[in-house]
Amino acid sequence: MDATVLARIQFAANISFHILFPAITIALGWVLLFFKLRFNATGDAKWMDAYRFWVKVFALSFALGVVSGITMSFQFGTNWPGFMERVGNIAGPLLAYEVLTAFFLEATFLGIMLFGYRRVPGWMHTGATVLVAFGTTMSAFWILVLNSWMHTPQGHEIREGVAHAVDWWAIVFTPSMPYRLAHMLIASALTVAFLLAGLSAYRWLKGDRGPDVAVALRTGIVMAAVLAPVQAFVGDLHGLNTLEHQPAKVAAMEGNWETRGHVPLVLFAIPDEAARENRFEISIPSGASLILKHEAAGVVPGLNEFEGLHPPVAPVFFAFRVMVGVGLLMIAMGWTGAWFLRRRRGELPPLLLRGFVAATFAGWVATLAGWYVTEIGRQPWLVTGVLTTADAVGPIAAGTVLSTLVMYLTLYALLLFAYVATLFRLARKAKALPGSEGGGNPLTLARPVPAAKA
Amino acid sequence: MTPFLPPDVLPIVFAALMAASVLAYVVLDGFDLGVGLLLPQAADEPERDRMVASIGPFWDANETWLVLGVGLLLVAFPTAHGAILTALYLPVALMLLGLTLRGVAFEFRAKATELHDKRRWDHAFFGGSLLAALTQGWMLGRYVLGFDDAPAALAFAALSAIGVAIAYSFIGAAWLIWRCEGALQRRAVAWARRSLWGVALGIVGVSVATPLASERIFHRWFDFPNVMLLAPMPLMTLALVAGLVALLRHLPLPGDALRRLPFWGAVGLFCLSFAGLAWSFFPYIVPEQLTLWQAAAAPESLSIILAGALVVLPVIAAYTVLAWRVFGGKAMDLRYD
Repeated sequence: MDATVLARIQFAANISFHILFPAITIALGWVLLFFKLRFNATGDAKWMDAYRFWVKVFALSFALGVVSGITMSFQFGTNWPGFMERVGNIAGPLLAYEVLTAFFLEATFLGIMLFGYRRVPGWMHTGATVLVAFGTTMSAFWILVLNSWMHTPQGHEIREGVAHAVDWWAIVFTPSMPYRLAHMLIASALTVAFLLAGLSAYRWLKGDRGPDVAVALRTGIVMAAVLAPVQAFVGDLHGLNTLEHQPAKVAAMEGNWETRGHVPLVLFAIPDEAARENRFEISIPSGASLILKHEAAGVVPGLNEFEGLHPPVAPVFFAFRVMVGVGLLMIAMGWTGAWFLRRRRGELPPLLLRGFVAATFAGWVATLAGWYVTEIGRQPWLVTGVLTTADAVGPIAAGTVLSTLVMYLTLYALLLFAYVATLFRLARKAKALPGSEGGGNPLTLARPVPAAKA
Repeated sequence: MTPFLPPDVLPIVFAALMAASVLAYVVLDGFDLGVGLLLPQAADEPERDRMVASIGPFWDANETWLVLGVGLLLVAFPTAHGAILTALYLPVALMLLGLTLRGVAFEFRAKATELHDKRRWDHAFFGGSLLAALTQGWMLGRYVLGFDDAPAALAFAALSAIGVAIAYSFIGAAWLIWRCEGALQRRAVAWARRSLWGVALGIVGVSVATPLASERIFHRWFDFPNVMLLAPMPLMTLALVAGLVALLRHLPLPGDALRRLPFWGAVGLFCLSFAGLAWSFFPYIVPEQLTLWQAAAAPESLSIILAGALVVLPVIAAYTVLAWRVFGGKAMDLRYD
């Protein structure tokens, strides 16, 4: 394999591993704030117990996000030197603003949020939670601003092959940015909804039926029931926006080889790029025309208009179906759960609880699939119309890239295993922690040590 | 946005910001990594818990200075960033492996239920810290000699790797003297005493090797009148080392007096060494290859970053001080509640 492919696999592996954790921390920060505010308002210990359990999940996820994020900040340079040479004048300031307005904020107040409950006044602890949640969201904002600019660039001019900023307002508010940001923030909320529901259902099934577990389960199910349909709507708007600005990507998502009217909605097929047609196609007549153009005869651009300049079809096509499929499953589970919560006063059938346990990481699957759709869908461009991926790759020898790739993959596999195992272990032993004033397990939550100095 | 500083001045401002970030990183994550390096020397698990607890609330923000430093290199000097990271591809990858292991070990060791599991993450904590310290030292050595790959230059980089690891354990021990008490504090004094010699040797080694390796650096330091004007720097370093040797002989003092002094002395040594290197290399950003001006990004982009940095950096400084006050004093066990 050549160095470009290896560099892409390496970067994709790293960024895929990285996004798993921000996908959790972005929304979990706000959920923790919700728990904290409910506790402040009601004084009910269950909210604080829920906060204490989930802040551990947050801390662990945050640490993994930080270390993989640092790796990414280096890989921009090691893997894509051409990216910074050509569009560094745009990407640089956006990344710098992310570090300045988000990273320091969240990293500093995380310490107070995690370890400061007994050291600072209650309002400051709540304030630290607000700032951490705000910081993670700011971080998402800046990185999605940059990513959206790479998809739908504007506000720059090219002088001697290098992009120079002309209008920062236009660079920040590119046409795809509002949709992409909303889609990602809701994706994070859904990831957290199913994580909350899944781990809480697991605890419930293990006989750990405290009010804190019930409240987290309820929060997760309500979030899923409300946000999963909203996400379908926002996703549709994002798709229409993509059709306007990146029609080749939509053509690959739909597996639509020819520009025509009455484009069917392909439910399943195996796209054959050599023959430029779909095999084993199962489809709904005129479905895609109806969704994309709102009329059965609507003409949708096909891949034939972008020959040589469209993304590889199969990965985009399948990733899109995985994302939509998981999304539909989320709506079904969220609504079923909400129905039982209303009708049965919180009594959920064991089968549904097991379903939620199985779907604990459903958000990860959908988020990753969605990112594959949009990022592979942008190929062969790194920055649409400005810079191709092949032109941005560095001069590192393929063997060197391969050896570090193996190192990263091994590391990430181990860490992912340790992360998931630790979450379920935390859930299993959470019951051992007595009520809100629990000393807890001496290995993790050390007992209060009397201050050495009286 | 129109540049609000003359375009010639911007690269200097950014070089200064970047140098400040890298120095902040080396000092701040230096003591974190140093504590990690000293972990195997601890007497038992509670002592290791206490050592980790002393850096727990800080390490994350400390590491962010590395991201800012590399980020500034990336955005302000993109050509240099490409050249440096391409030359250092493998050590960078290994450093990231080390930092990853160290970072996740904080969390995983705190959540382990079995002792053997926790010990495994203790090893990861130490191994990660060691790998990060060694690779950072190696990269410093490679950078100082302009990425020369003659055997002697590589030997120098290897010595530099060991030197940086020792320097980190010194500042880590100095931190523990400040933040810990009792037997652990006494042990930390002994660790600091031992590693100070290594630090002094390392400073002498780099100070001798760089002027010998580069005629330009030799002239920068030894031509008249520079040699007179710069003389206070090595003299201050010498005085600081002598003072630290004397101080460490007597610590801990009754009433825990002067407990902060070794740490601030270590910070002083780091700053002096850093200033010495900066003087040797200015105005090069890639030694002997690229100057600051040759490598700088477009002035419009630098201006908009600078505008943000001037507003945000004081805020960052303010809340960093707040966090240091909240977690001031002796380290306590970390509790999530």
